[in-house]
Amino acid sequence: MNIKSADVVKIATISVGTLLAAFIVAILLLVVTHPDPSAVTESLLSSEIHFAIYLSLATSIASTILCILIAVPAAYGLARYNFFGKSFINMVLDLPLALPPLVAGVALLLFFGKTPIGEGLAAIGLEFVFTPLGIVVAQFVVNFPFMLRIMRSTFESISPRYEYVAQTLGCTNILAIWRVTIPMAAGGFLAGAVITWAKGIGEFGAALMLAGATRMKTETLPISLYLNMSCGYLEMAISAAIILIAISAVSLYVFEIYGGSAKL
Amino acid sequence: MLKLENISITLGEFSLHDVSLEIENGEYIAIIGKTGAGKTILLETLAGIYSQESGSIMLNGREITGVPPKDRSITMVYQDYMLFPHLTVGENIGFGLKNRHVDPAIISEKVREVAEIFAISHLLHRHPGTLSGGEKQRTAISRAIVMEPDVLLLDEPLSALDTQTRAKLKTELKKLHSRFKTTIIHITHNFDEVFSLADRVAIMEDGQILQVGSPDEVFRRPSSDRVAKFVGMKNIFECDCRPEGGKTFVHMDGHEMVSSGILPSSHKGLRAMAAVRPEDIEIYPEMPAGRSENVFPGTVENITGSGAFFLVIVNCSRPFEVFLSRQQFSSLNISESDRVYLSFSPDSLHLFSVEES
Repeated sequence: MNIKSADVVKIATISVGTLLAAFIVAILLLVVTHPDPSAVTESLLSSEIHFAIYLSLATSIASTILCILIAVPAAYGLARYNFFGKSFINMVLDLPLALPPLVAGVALLLFFGKTPIGEGLAAIGLEFVFTPLGIVVAQFVVNFPFMLRIMRSTFESISPRYEYVAQTLGCTNILAIWRVTIPMAAGGFLAGAVITWAKGIGEFGAALMLAGATRMKTETLPISLYLNMSCGYLEMAISAAIILIAISAVSLYVFEIYGGSAKL
Repeated sequence: MLKLENISITLGEFSLHDVSLEIENGEYIAIIGKTGAGKTILLETLAGIYSQESGSIMLNGREITGVPPKDRSITMVYQDYMLFPHLTVGENIGFGLKNRHVDPAIISEKVREVAEIFAISHLLHRHPGTLSGGEKQRTAISRAIVMEPDVLLLDEPLSALDTQTRAKLKTELKKLHSRFKTTIIHITHNFDEVFSLADRVAIMEDGQILQVGSPDEVFRRPSSDRVAKFVGMKNIFECDCRPEGGKTFVHMDGHEMVSSGILPSSHKGLRAMAAVRPEDIEIYPEMPAGRSENVFPGTVENITGSGAFFLVIVNCSRPFEVFLSRQQFSSLNISESDRVYLSFSPDSLHLFSVEES
């Protein structure tokens, strides 16, 4: 039998990918199957996990809304217009993606804890350090680049001529965006929102730095996982992990379906 | 009347320089030019998407510079349709009327009316993604014309379509124009569309309008060598001109020719350009009897056939390109290196000034 070198490359590279996928499936299955199912069920029904689910949902939904409100208009501007310093602004706005979340967390802690602005906000009741509000801000800073990048590429894929036509058909420029571009961007918007939300639920490093890890106070699912793991409560930790795995899988699925031309 | 006066604008690598154009109400004008000539910017500036840096645009006596697109009564159709994918065909056509807060019953009536003209009534509930190119463009034109605009802008409306659909849609555009009497500005790079649709044509190059006139005029009597080359004039040569008795005697390479054309009064000196369209030249195997003007002996250098037409290159001290129909060619029975005579009428010899570069 004569195996061509092209076949060798094909077999070798596909094998590497397949083995990697098998490895991921194996470790995830290990998490799900390792503990005693009844103990996990019990943990899932505990008030601590309920609190973590609630806090994770509340903070991640809040931070996702914040990301949408700020990143969508910014993405539109960056997609549609050319201006001096655009590439620099793009780079800065992408920076949180490359930055370790712990570093972002330290920076936020210094900003809200040690500057007149942070102290001023605290004075009017907006406390971010060691509070759930801090979790929201931490999630926002680490995750807005996802929303921004997805929406930027979505807007870039929509020709401005759709808006031009809408304008000649009686729309103001803002109405043209609202009636034409935004509906056309719906797929990217949904994909971006889901990814941002899923990343928000999983956000750990920056939230740990700014909001701390206080049981039943700033205990989101990842914080719960961390706290229970360090105390040796494996079932509790794994309950949190299973929920996080489920959320990741579902959100990735939604992204693949609705993402369209949007890319991360 | 739409009156453009000295419009200038620069947008990245595209620009317009001092574009002036007057278009009568109900006129069908074509703007023809190569890619990058600034044709689309011109339309988008007319629509109000961009504001010109200088110059003015008057529509029916009203200065519309600074008037937003929605208030200009100018609608637009692009080559790639730009149909809103989230709306049905019917909703696309009714989009503008809805923005004007027209009563929904009247909107659906008008939409149906226009859809009928373009034979797309059966598509009103479909989404654009499921339509053919021709159906999409009919929808886009319907969406623009239902607004009953003062001016309809068409940006290469037929370029993305296959030959058959293009021919059909061309006829429909003609009908549409005679029915609605809308002023139409139609951008194209296709002479065929110019001849079958336009009352007048403007030639555009590098952001400037080089010549405006009836298609025949621009095609046969280009005002400069740039236009001449653009409209496919082939036999263009520099010559000396001597006006005499309402005619012009043209000297080129020792030949004397006669043109019934006269150089414009602005022309200075004797040097000028002369051109003859390749289809206006006749070939004779013998010296044609009874002709004394514009007859030259030459040698057939090359013959290329392409279906219905033949291109024959005849050398008489310089090469002349001659187009013959298949019939003309076979009745002549010539082959390469044959001695022949070329002839063209004084009306076909067109003169224009040498362009200062």
